[in-house]
Amino acid sequence: MGEAIVITSGKGGVGKTTTTANIGAGLAQAGKKVALIDADIGLRNLDVVMGLENRIVYDLVDVVEGFAKLKNALIKDKRFNENLYLLPAAQTRDKTAVTPAQMRDLVTAMKEEFDFVLIDCPAGIEQGFKNAVAGSDKAIVVATPEVSSVRDADRIIGLLEAEEKHHPLLIVNRIRPSMVKKGDMMDINDMIEILAIELLGVVPDDEFIVVSTNRGEPALLNAQSRAGEAYRNISRRLTGENVPLMKLDDESAGFFGRLRKIMGIKG
Amino acid sequence: MFDLFARVFGREDASKDVAKERLRLVLVHDRASLSPQALENLKNDLLKVISQYLDIDDQGFRVDFSRNDDAMALVANIPIKKKAGRML
Repeated sequence: MGEAIVITSGKGGVGKTTTTANIGAGLAQAGKKVALIDADIGLRNLDVVMGLENRIVYDLVDVVEGFAKLKNALIKDKRFNENLYLLPAAQTRDKTAVTPAQMRDLVTAMKEEFDFVLIDCPAGIEQGFKNAVAGSDKAIVVATPEVSSVRDADRIIGLLEAEEKHHPLLIVNRIRPSMVKKGDMMDINDMIEILAIELLGVVPDDEFIVVSTNRGEPALLNAQSRAGEAYRNISRRLTGENVPLMKLDDESAGFFGRLRKIMGIKG
Repeated sequence: MFDLFARVFGREDASKDVAKERLRLVLVHDRASLSPQALENLKNDLLKVISQYLDIDDQGFRVDFSRNDDAMALVANIPIKKKAGRML
């Protein structure tokens, strides 16, 4: 029996889909059998972030309505042996096309076959959120260190509680060590203090995420990507490993920083 | 550079502290599902009721949320007017 994890945030554009794709890739690399569900019906994106958009035949709504079998709708990601699958969202329907009860049944059935079922939640707090959360055993809240994102994350934590999804885990995304150092960005402790939930991981802001999304290749596949490394750590933590937080020194800043890095000197 | 200068001499808070303070306030209202306007109404109602029993100083009257750790409280500070130079 696998575990279903919903990735949510309230606010849009904070990195839910990127997080889902990379954690899925990380778990699959670690040898786990993983299914990703794009629950953002009408605004599907997990397929393009994963680079699987050309292989969609059936979608989530087709499966829920019994028009297609689950195994025919799941797209296998060939980069990850037999370990990573995507169930894409429908693009031409809306959030009311499925109900929370249907999602619960679907996710329960998928947990029989997969070690992890990751559900990419749409932004917002309406039915899309309720659908995405319905079948989950655990919730991950993604927030960036900005007031709007933290405020929405706080609201989502309250709504998760109302749906009886207790103890969500926090991922602080797009942290910029140089700004934190100057006191111009909230740091990890500020975020934990305000939101009062357990930290799962911290992902540094990384231009490579844009490149990897352009290409449809999860950042985690690139050994140089700092964000990829952070996601790898998060995936390992989800499998029960105890992985310390990545050091977020602003090593790469400036000429001397880069020089130090090239010469392998730790700052 | 000027930024740093201003900060060193305490003329400007680090912007993250401003963010935290603003968040703290807005979250208190969000979590209690009570808007600043509703809190103002509550304050006025309280003032009316208490005034029936005590002569209070409505200028110094304060009602606010206070939060420590995971407990939240509504704290009212209600100064009572002195009676002709005498302490109560």
